Amino acid sequence: MIQAFWRKRRIPLASLMLIRQPVRLAVALAGISFAGILMFMQLGFRDGLFDASVTVHRLFDADIVLISPRSTSSVSMAGFPRRRLIQAMASPEVEGITPVHWNLLLWRNPETLGTRSILALGFEPGHPLFTDPTLAEKAKLLTQKGRVLFDEKSRAEFGPVAEWFREGRTVESEINGKRVRVAGLIGLGASFGADGNLLTSSETFLDLIPNTPSGSIEVGLVRLKPGSDAEQVAQRLQSQLPDDVTVLTKQGFIDFEQNYWRTSTSIGFIFTLGAAMGFVVGCVIVYQVLYSDVSDHLPEYATLMAMGYKLNSLLGVVVREGLLLALFGYLPAYAAGQGLYLLVRNATQLPVAMNTVRAVSVFSMILIMCMLSAGLAMRRLVDADPAEIF
Amino acid sequence: METSSLTIDIQALSHWYGKGSTRRQVLQGVDLQISAGEVVLLTGPSGCGKTTLLTLIGALRKVQEGDVEVFGQQLRGAARGQRQRLRRRIGMIFQGHNLLRCLTAEQNVQMGADLLPNLGYRARRDQAREWLRSVGLEDELGKLPHDLSGGQKQRVAIARALAAKPQLLLADEPTAALDSGTGREVVELLKRLAREQSCSVLMVTHDPRILDVADRLVRMEDGRLYQTIS
Repeated sequence: MIQAFWRKRRIPLASLMLIRQPVRLAVALAGISFAGILMFMQLGFRDGLFDASVTVHRLFDADIVLISPRSTSSVSMAGFPRRRLIQAMASPEVEGITPVHWNLLLWRNPETLGTRSILALGFEPGHPLFTDPTLAEKAKLLTQKGRVLFDEKSRAEFGPVAEWFREGRTVESEINGKRVRVAGLIGLGASFGADGNLLTSSETFLDLIPNTPSGSIEVGLVRLKPGSDAEQVAQRLQSQLPDDVTVLTKQGFIDFEQNYWRTSTSIGFIFTLGAAMGFVVGCVIVYQVLYSDVSDHLPEYATLMAMGYKLNSLLGVVVREGLLLALFGYLPAYAAGQGLYLLVRNATQLPVAMNTVRAVSVFSMILIMCMLSAGLAMRRLVDADPAEIF
Repeated sequence: METSSLTIDIQALSHWYGKGSTRRQVLQGVDLQISAGEVVLLTGPSGCGKTTLLTLIGALRKVQEGDVEVFGQQLRGAARGQRQRLRRRIGMIFQGHNLLRCLTAEQNVQMGADLLPNLGYRARRDQAREWLRSVGLEDELGKLPHDLSGGQKQRVAIARALAAKPQLLLADEPTAALDSGTGREVVELLKRLAREQSCSVLMVTHDPRILDVADRLVRMEDGRLYQTIS
């Protein structure tokens, strides 16, 4: 085994060619890294935005979610009769329900007095809403009318609400022109559709939007008894209930939201196109570098052919150069990707993070990029005519 | 004389460049025999076809007309793979040194030794060092070609050609880029080492000062060979 290795081992021409031309190597690696970073960023943003669109959806304590068929996404939720949720209670698997009001309201920044759209959820403070157990305690604060729980992870444009609250100040502001007081802080996170979130009681919610039809809710949470098959129950409920309501599993509810951003907006296309641009730019740079490298060394390749080296083994040198470039161009791109994700997370509150699938797919793209360029550059090598070097 | 003891046996070799009306004959019925271990010098004015003859013998070009046998193998109609394998047994030294710029002297020579089958990496590296020692460059192993002088580069090229253990060495004006003293040294070294390996040498040269190293002189003019008694 080891003997075979030493027998097979040759002068590592590919790596020496790269190392002994540091400027060219640096240009190639910079180009590949740049392309890699571009792909990491674009794909990261895309996935991050899709993920961010469901920050709130993920938190719900529900197995099945009822929404109106007229709802298209979290930014345009339509109402449906609350009766449907009560009807769902009739199923033996159902353990509990929570009716939820859901709308974007105008929040006045208590510092600058400007207004901005915020996602408000209204629910009965005694009912479970999120899987987070600490909420139940805080929800008690909402029993008093005109009280809200403010999401401290909301974007800074809503004002220094969290800071003021922690300093012990009474934070009051206006929603839709009505005075509210911040009773506590929760941590949810900004999503794509909403820059900030707040929770309030159904009573306060209806007070903020007085023209809400009575008995109408936007989201109905259904919790099932342990061991129930949510998929099956959701299907049965859908067939039992009138068609003025759509029954989804919790995952279905998450998919519904992500699907909207994926298909009904150009976000997916834009970022995928951005990543494709990175790929093309990378291809051009690597091809340029490998092509000029082969051209510069053409007499040397011809010499090797005259010495009796096979054309295939020389093509192998170009392929290995491509592989090395891919590997060493990817590593800095990966590191920079991690750093930039951290930066983006801090700056935008979007859940952008490295994951294995993206790490592997960007590496595959870089590999394809380098192999493609090496393949094209190889055509130049075929021009090497050993008869011309005498 | 038996055919098998001849390293090169050329009969009625003709060669043309170009096509149609621009077709030009560069070799006209060349006959040449070189026996094993013989050192033959080929002289003649430039453009007379010397280099073409060399590339044909070196299996770098397709034979158009006539017979070229190297080590008893017919080159007329030889496939690409056969020519490539044959080239492994032929050492070549060029007018320019043609060293690989990104390799050190030692690595350049090992590119020659790497062609030897069934030898471990270290054995091939040791051979490369041994060859550099025999051309007097044992202190320049790790230098890149651009740090070497012209004579040193040409000596590395000789070591590289010999490291593949060729039975035939083709050299095209190896002294062209060298001053007379260095040129003389290089050619004598070449001859001595080839002798030790019992390797035949065919060397093209313009340089009148080195003619005396040859066993035999051959003169070419307008595509025809004239044997000269030495």
